[in-house]
Amino acid sequence: MTTRGIPAFTRKVTDQAEALLKRIGGGSFHRWLRRQARRIRSMGRGAVIALPYAWLLAFFLIPFVIVLKIALAEADIAQPPYTPLWEWIEGQYLNVKINLGNFAFLIQDSLYWKAYLNSVKVALVSTLLCLLLGYPIAYGIARASPARRTILLMLVILPFWTSFLIRVYAWIGILKNNGLINNFLMWLGVIDSPIVMLQTDFAVYLGIVYSYLPFMILPLYANLEKLDETLLEAAYDLGCRPASAFLRVTLPLSVPGIIAGAMLVFIPAVGEFVIPALLGAPDTLMIGRILWDEFFGNRDWPVASAVAIALLLLLVIPIVILQHTQARNAEARS
Amino acid sequence: MPNFTSFSTFEPWKNASEKPYVRLDRVTKKFGDFVAVNDVSLDIYRQELFCLLGASGCGKSTLLRMLAGFEEPTSGRILIDDVDMAEIPPYERPVNMMFQSYALFPHMSVAQNVAFGLKQEKLSGDVIRSRVDEMLELVKMTRFSKRKPHQLSGGQRQRVALARSLIKRPKLLLLDEPLAALDKKLREHTQFELMNIQEQLGVTFIVVTHDQQEAMTLATRIGVMDEGYIVQVGTPTEIYEFPGTRFVADFIGSVNIFEGMITKDEPDHVVIHMRDQDADMYVDHGVNAPPDARVWAAVRPEKIHITRGKPEQSSNVLEGVVKEVAYMGDFSIYLVQLEGGRTVRVTQPNLRRGDPERITWDERVFLHWLPSSIVVLPE
Repeated sequence: MTTRGIPAFTRKVTDQAEALLKRIGGGSFHRWLRRQARRIRSMGRGAVIALPYAWLLAFFLIPFVIVLKIALAEADIAQPPYTPLWEWIEGQYLNVKINLGNFAFLIQDSLYWKAYLNSVKVALVSTLLCLLLGYPIAYGIARASPARRTILLMLVILPFWTSFLIRVYAWIGILKNNGLINNFLMWLGVIDSPIVMLQTDFAVYLGIVYSYLPFMILPLYANLEKLDETLLEAAYDLGCRPASAFLRVTLPLSVPGIIAGAMLVFIPAVGEFVIPALLGAPDTLMIGRILWDEFFGNRDWPVASAVAIALLLLLVIPIVILQHTQARNAEARS
Repeated sequence: MPNFTSFSTFEPWKNASEKPYVRLDRVTKKFGDFVAVNDVSLDIYRQELFCLLGASGCGKSTLLRMLAGFEEPTSGRILIDDVDMAEIPPYERPVNMMFQSYALFPHMSVAQNVAFGLKQEKLSGDVIRSRVDEMLELVKMTRFSKRKPHQLSGGQRQRVALARSLIKRPKLLLLDEPLAALDKKLREHTQFELMNIQEQLGVTFIVVTHDQQEAMTLATRIGVMDEGYIVQVGTPTEIYEFPGTRFVADFIGSVNIFEGMITKDEPDHVVIHMRDQDADMYVDHGVNAPPDARVWAAVRPEKIHITRGKPEQSSNVLEGVVKEVAYMGDFSIYLVQLEGGRTVRVTQPNLRRGDPERITWDERVFLHWLPSSIVVLPE
């Protein structure tokens, strides 16, 4: 019988009970008691697992079902602004109206496709940039002395103490035509007229990379910090120069950290709304903005909901596959 | 090439014309104020199996890491095959190391781990494959070549680590506590295998160990280390039978040490009066100590005879009562309490099966030994 996942306390109590029962002995009665002990034990396990499940049910699954319900309705000038999914006709017949037109609309209108693809592109490029920037930083922190490591980690986390929104607004002040960078360069005489940086794709990438970099660094750090340094010594000993030891030992062993960091950056970046809205051009096509516009601009809740559902499915499927393979790997390793 | 029959004649350190393969020249390593290795000079010869023996923290591992190139000596020189290693990084040294933790790459299969060192040498795939197969054959791991390290037992990992460190055919192999992680039975078995492999390949081994049994079994010579110093270098027999200091006598095996004063000092024998006992020790060889000096006389437990009757000799005899008997199967350990209260450890082989005459608890016995069995250690 596996005892994994049972809180230590419950395990201890039931183990003791079992030991006691064993000492008392007795045939079928003993077996019955043991079954009861096992039931209590599995109930304890159930209770522990139930809590996160309840949380997910209340704050993820139910809202998701509500959004799905709206996505299957039609827009209506009403309060709320969509048709009900079902209604009772004369208190006798249940009339269910499912409208898949919103999803069909997403496929027909190229705007949505383009916005999706562009969002994925921006998120992919940003994730890659975060990885290229974050890996050396995480590596440096992991290799620093313990005292310095704490300070460096603190510096990575420090930006979180300020509001995300304020930090993005600060970038406007830095990037705009008469902002910090342009004024400084003009004062130096390097340029005569300001470089347009705000409201460009560059600004969007900059904003996303800046905002999500810690999410790349932290899991990578956690992974690299665990790396057994004797493995590197073994690689040197077998004739590896430091660069090739990195490529053949450190890098492959840090893949789980890379995946974790990439997920934490990629997923929120795909749906990112604030950064493209504040730093990007008005015509920057990102699905987060489309969603916002559908919802608040057009007041077309069903289409907005359909966009949200489609986005979720597009993201969830690869994640589930990835997690499945990761879990299998972890199982093989233990 | 040394093998069991010519083992006793393999003594390159006695041959003045033989050039040492590894030479440590006054090597010191400090970590801050802590001196891990203190002024160590050592010559190790081709095809030797040299054991660095000492308690944990005595500096033996640091010495090994300096040979591998992971640490730099604070002062002194390390020469391997007459080349000064000072500027040479680990990946360019003609040395391979087997790590205590084995340090197998967890993301690679057994075969990939073993092939790792060859991949650096830009050899063709066929050559690599055949050499890996050959090496796995040698350590009897062919069946497991596709497994990952986490799917192996401790003993199997040890074999893979050995194969990986031998694949580049190094002239010198460094082994850091190679058998520490194995259980007793497997360790004894592997000791002999290690010796066979070393003889087969003619590689020079330097083994670090804290296990004196292991050092005694494996080594051509042992270097005993204590607090950063090399205290004594010698063959297992020399170290055991002729320890140079109290530390060595005490560290290797068990020993009874008596404090005494030299009362008679002749070129061919000395007499030592034991301080706590009213008895004399007669030593049949000269001693390098001034007369009236305080000395330590050491007698190994197995060199002491235990009898009920009073022996004829007048010196090298003590009387006492058996306080403790431990039956170990092949031999028994007796703890005999003397008049003054101190106990002496004696071991006797159990030559007769179920011996009815066996000496047991609380018996009054005499302990006696040969004049040649005593090692006199100066202060």
